[in-house]
Parts: sequence; structure tokens; C-alpha cells
Amino acid sequence: MTVVLHRIDDRLIHGQVVVGWAAPLGVGFIALVDDQVGASAWEQDLYRMGVPSSVEAIFTTLADGVRRYPEWVADSRRGIVLTGDIETMAGLRQARPEVSHINLGGLHLKPGRRERLPYLYLSDEELKFLVAMDGAGAAVTAQDLPTSAPVPIRALT
Amino acid sequence: MSEPLRGVVVSHGDIAHAMVAAVEQISGVKGALVPVSNTGCDRGSIVTRIGEAVADHPAVVFVDLPSGSCLIAAMQRARDGQVPVVTGVNLPMLIDFVFHRDLSPEAAATRVVKAGADSIKQPA
Repeated sequence: MTVVLHRIDDRLIHGQVVVGWAAPLGVGFIALVDDQVGASAWEQDLYRMGVPSSVEAIFTTLADGVRRYPEWVADSRRGIVLTGDIETMAGLRQARPEVSHINLGGLHLKPGRRERLPYLYLSDEELKFLVAMDGAGAAVTAQDLPTSAPVPIRALT
Repeated sequence: MSEPLRGVVVSHGDIAHAMVAAVEQISGVKGALVPVSNTGCDRGSIVTRIGEAVADHPAVVFVDLPSGSCLIAAMQRARDGQVPVVTGVNLPMLIDFVFHRDLSPEAAATRVVKAGADSIKQPA
């Protein structure tokens, strides 16, 4: 298993991902699964600017991500699979049950959401969905950076 | 006479607010710069905050890092509204900017990049 982190982060590829996680984990690739960015070469160029040359930035739509996931698992390099929302990660896990650990890295305030942790805002429905996903075998934890303690999703109920 | 430029300073945390306060304290020019923080924002809401700060004014957007969520949001706003973006914001470039707000946005951006770069030195 070379995918060392499955992360949901609505800022996508940003400092916490590249500096906070990718560097200490020694990853060789970051695969961003996002329908919007996956279809926009212009946005891909922007996100690529934030990734060091030693790390490959891969951009896919959800459909392509599902197809390419086994390739990432078989990759000799360590990697991060990143989505910008819960729905996309849930879609990936539904198609690829081997997505067994999910990190909630940053979901910010939107209508209907409330603060669960300083970096994590969830609606009651989202929280319930994530708890159910955890109960179905995907360990779901919140952790913004490797230096902070992981918080099991069930501790937020 | 055309409207003076507005500078929108976008940063992680409270850096933008502190920089704007410092420039106002040093230069005495108030209201020329608008701080925007990415705190509590997802990618869409940073773009919204920048858009509200720029509004319909001729402007230059200053960003702290040459990558990351602030830059991406600024570039998305810039593409929509022809607003130049400058990265690596520092106090010398902002101080230069507030005294040259009669330039075009592009000319001001070019000028402040030089002012900012020229300020980085290693005194003997």
C-alpha cells in the first residue's frame, strides 16, 4: 500500500498538504481527485506551482480517479490522494473499498455547518454520514497536521 | 483624474491586517490597502472575500506566498477581472504602492515587484 494518506481538504493542494504532510511522509506524488480541477488545465497549472519538483502532481476527475486508483496503490512511490469534499472521497471509497483510512484535514464554514474543530466545520448530516462511513470500515479521523493528535470522527458526535 | 488604485493584501492568518496597519503607521496613507485573511475559508470563500475587497475598483492584489490557497484564489479573481497579482508581499512594496496609486494596475504591479525585490539585502 503506497497511498499513505487519503485526505479531504477543501483548499486542495496548499501549504498544509505540501509542507505539513507531503514532506514528512516523503511522498512522491499527490493525486488530486476533483471534477472541477480535473477538467481545467489552467487550474492544474496553478496548483502545480505549489508542488516541489520532487513530487508529481496528478489531477483527475472522480471517474478517472476510480480508474487510476490501483495504479497509485501499485506505485513504488508513497503518495497522497486528496479530494476537496466528502462526496468525492465517498465516491472513491464506494468504488474502491481499499480506501480504508480517511483524514479530514480542512472543511470550512458553509451554510448549515457548524464548528466541530477549528479547522473542521460539518453539518449534522455530514457528521452522521462520516460516522456511518467509519462504522462501515473506513477509519475516519480529523487531523490537520501530523504534529496534531488525530480525532476519531465518533468523538465529535 | 482616474480613481487611485486600491491594494488588496491577501494572506494566511493575520499577516495582511498587520501589514496594512504597519504601512498606514509608517506612511500616514490610510484606506489605500484592504486586508484579506484566508482564515476559516474554503477555496470559494477566499475568492469571494477578494472579490468584495476589490469590488469595482482598479486594483492590484498582493499575496503572501507564490503558491497555495491565497494565490489560487487571487488568480481566479484576477482572471475574472483583469486585476494583476503580485506574490511575496512585503512592507517596502506596499509602502511604494501607496505613493504610486495613480499608475495603471499593470504599471503599479511591475513597479512594486522591483521595489519589493530591491528591498531584500544582506547588509555587511
